[in-house]
Amino acid sequence: MSALSGKYAIAGIGESNVGRKLGRSAMALSLEAATRAIADSGLERSAVDAVLTRSPRRQPQTNYSAVLASHLGLRPSYINDVGLGGASSVAMVLDAVAALEAGLCTTALCVNGDAQTGRGNLRGQLTSWIEDFEHPFGVVAAPITYAMPARRHMYEYGTTSEQFGAVAVACRKHAALNPNATFRDPITIADHQASPMVAEPFHLLDCCPVTDGAAAVIVTSVERARDLPKAPAYILGIGLQNTHAEVQYAASMTSPAMRGASQRAYAMSGLSPKDIDVAELYDCFTYVVLMTLEEYGFCKKGEGGAFVENGRIELGGELPVNTGGGLLSQVHSSGFFHITEAATQMRGAAGARQVAGAQTAIVSGQCGATGINACLILGNHAH
Amino acid sequence: MFTVLPKADPDTQAFWDGCLQDQLLLQRCSACHVFRHPPRPVCPACLSDRFSWDRASGYGTVYTFVVVRRALGRGWEERIPYVVAVVELDEGAHFLTNIVNVEPEAVAIGMPVEVTFAELDGTTKLPVFQPRASAAAR
Repeated sequence: MSALSGKYAIAGIGESNVGRKLGRSAMALSLEAATRAIADSGLERSAVDAVLTRSPRRQPQTNYSAVLASHLGLRPSYINDVGLGGASSVAMVLDAVAALEAGLCTTALCVNGDAQTGRGNLRGQLTSWIEDFEHPFGVVAAPITYAMPARRHMYEYGTTSEQFGAVAVACRKHAALNPNATFRDPITIADHQASPMVAEPFHLLDCCPVTDGAAAVIVTSVERARDLPKAPAYILGIGLQNTHAEVQYAASMTSPAMRGASQRAYAMSGLSPKDIDVAELYDCFTYVVLMTLEEYGFCKKGEGGAFVENGRIELGGELPVNTGGGLLSQVHSSGFFHITEAATQMRGAAGARQVAGAQTAIVSGQCGATGINACLILGNHAH
Repeated sequence: MFTVLPKADPDTQAFWDGCLQDQLLLQRCSACHVFRHPPRPVCPACLSDRFSWDRASGYGTVYTFVVVRRALGRGWEERIPYVVAVVELDEGAHFLTNIVNVEPEAVAIGMPVEVTFAELDGTTKLPVFQPRASAAAR
């Protein structure tokens, strides 16, 4: 276990309202989440001296952290735009911990939000050389990229589409218990199988929809957090690993990035997969959850399909996964709601979807066709 | 037919010029001799910036593939269904491409394929793959 384990904590949690076509900007949603996180922490706004965020996907802006800080009336001593897509949420917390440990700041606001539906900026323009080797071939959206390793997994291990469906069903079941989730009507494996084929082998219900929403946390030292009104969620372990930038660079269709990030987080925390009570795993596509379960060590390589069956990842199962509904059913927001949900679970404040007795939670953030992973382990006490 | 044209840059111009000549060119490191794709200035294996453009055999096998059945970008409606694949070239490099001249249902992992060049607009050709004609005889 590292001396960093249990030294810092999430001391404030904020979520904006979520949904589709909310008619609100990403900035408006991010400010809502940020102000709720600050209020939830019980800190004065002026205590916040660091801002970590990510420029929105459909309204990109330079120096976004500075703009956000200005809108909040902050004069931070540390800011950063963490542009790592779905890994950015956990990477912000990692950046915050590093800046706190370096003495660059004392109290960090991390916030991530998007307005992906309704009016937005143009997309699909060729902007980087790698796109020259994707867009002309019709690789124009994430379902195509991620369906490639999914197909390979089916080929190598006999994984089935119905097993992918079990992930979608679990996320929807949990979203039904979450008042702040976008899609709450229950679905079955049969619904998953009947949903249209998008990028075969992915059905529509394998793919997370685009949605609007933002979430935020306050990260500070455990010493400060203990003086605040609400129970802190202790940061027990955190780690990041990058192995490739896009699927084109992947030597294989496995994810050494997920493995590396989780092993760093486990090592820092002194915990192992068997010690984890709740898992909030980045789920842009059902398959990614299955792959993460393997690479995070909850089952062996190739056994992810069998692992997710028979309710094992549902509330009441052996390892509840994506208890808030995940990207698949709650909201996209580049996975930041996985962090707020994990922290809420550690407070025991998740209401109908609370995992009884949960003491530890693991969070995965990933992007770059699984080439970038950031892993966070939270606890309800310092171990 | 709807197309998106690549915008070549100094690192990739030779690749696209080769396609216009119906030649599949791969960068090969002059120091460690590893083939790489997509083109880039430095070898990821040994960091050497010396390389040659070598003509590839144009043969490989399907490593994985996706059948795109819904248009996921504006303009792609008229193209669906289409097959996106990673082909493992005989030279070892992985190559993202399309599989053409075959029903999507007939594509399979391990299928032997060969390169063919699809004319886009008179100025650009796209390297795509089709089932290898001599596959049965191999």
